[in-house]
Amino acid sequence: MSAWHCPACEYVFDEETGHPREGFPPGTSWNEVPDDWACPDCGVRDKIDFEPVVNDA
Amino acid sequence: MEAHAEHAHHHHHHDDVEVNPAAWTDGKRYAWLLGIVVPLAPFFAWFYWELTGFGGFWFLGPVLVFVLFPLLDFAIGMDPTNPPDSVLKFLEQDRYYRWCTYLFIPIQYAGLIFACWMWSNGDLTTVESIGLALTMGVVGGIAINTAHELGHKRANSERWLSRVALAQTGYGHFFIEHNRGHHVKVATPEDPASARLGESFWAFLPRTVTGSLRSAWELEGVRLDRLEKPHFGLHNDILTAWAMTVALFAGLAIVFGPIVLPYLLVQAVIGFSLLEVVNYLEHYGLLRQKKDDGRYERCLPEHSWNSNNVASNVLLYHLQRHSDHHANPTRRYQALRHVDEAPQLPTGYAGMIVLAWFPPLWRRVMDPRLLDHYEGDVTRCNIQPRKLGRVLERYGRPA
Repeated sequence: MSAWHCPACEYVFDEETGHPREGFPPGTSWNEVPDDWACPDCGVRDKIDFEPVVNDA
Repeated sequence: MEAHAEHAHHHHHHDDVEVNPAAWTDGKRYAWLLGIVVPLAPFFAWFYWELTGFGGFWFLGPVLVFVLFPLLDFAIGMDPTNPPDSVLKFLEQDRYYRWCTYLFIPIQYAGLIFACWMWSNGDLTTVESIGLALTMGVVGGIAINTAHELGHKRANSERWLSRVALAQTGYGHFFIEHNRGHHVKVATPEDPASARLGESFWAFLPRTVTGSLRSAWELEGVRLDRLEKPHFGLHNDILTAWAMTVALFAGLAIVFGPIVLPYLLVQAVIGFSLLEVVNYLEHYGLLRQKKDDGRYERCLPEHSWNSNNVASNVLLYHLQRHSDHHANPTRRYQALRHVDEAPQLPTGYAGMIVLAWFPPLWRRVMDPRLLDHYEGDVTRCNIQPRKLGRVLERYGRPA
């Protein structure tokens, strides 16, 4: 499971939790999210602008 | 000489100076409480009407926003001061500022209930009742600005308050269209809420009202399709927001009698028209260029009209620092910054609203500024297609 963050605000899309309100249930793979889906918090950047969240685990 | 002016200009912004948050004081901190002056307008109107017997006081709302605030902008002037970067986080987490916006909403609805009581039992002449409807419309329009501030926030409680503030004007769909439509398409021909060069406010108004509604419905439809829910149902955020308005107006009509309904409708139309005239001036003629891959360039500071006029900035929770708002939509109002690259309006939003009602004056003041912003190149503007020929004839530079 990976997570992707919006480069303009603090929003993070985590595949584990998805975003049920937006129609992405938990476990939705990032690949299934459409390219033109804009950040639900700021609307400034689209999915294809998102960057992977790097975990130093 | 020029270099000196430039230096002086930058001097008072002190963006890059490291400042201890505890040692920095916000000059506007207590000014934000003045945001409740507008929702208090119906009460002030009643007070002065009782005191003097002069019915003109019921028109206080429009006088406040369209006469007093433009004059205050001229009298008080500008303040381009920015909070230093190092205190932004500290400023944003200070809950005092959000309570200033929450406070607006109970006063807004106390005023609406009071207005309904006046319309039904208050012994007002019809003209005075209309004056009160205009005042309530102005309150409703400024309430959309408060809803705008709250609707951009991540907390569900603030998003809910945003919808409550919108109920008075029946503009609940704004919460969806603005965040997911306008902010994505801003300063492009596809955005119903970005005004175009050659487009008068009176042509813009029906286009933005209908276009924003259509866009909100489409955006919500896409979301509901993903959720596999019907478009007409309780999951539709637009319908539930409008249901709040229907319940509100019905409740007020049951308590105070159907006499309040025409006034409620008038104030709602005035309210959302006030929001739309602000939309008109925020991005007039500004255009994001298309990149080679067919996408629009990112929204940059140069794509919003700004103003540092203090009175209008306090009235509108720094909405006039519009470039920073579009760069950082979730940033709280108290932390929004003046941006040097942003095109500046000749006065505050309050005065520009009045100017927008008179298209020949608007064109005379704004078109040269817009052209200057694009170094005389009219082809870089967002031009009203129907007026393309006339605009090119007037402003087109021979190659």
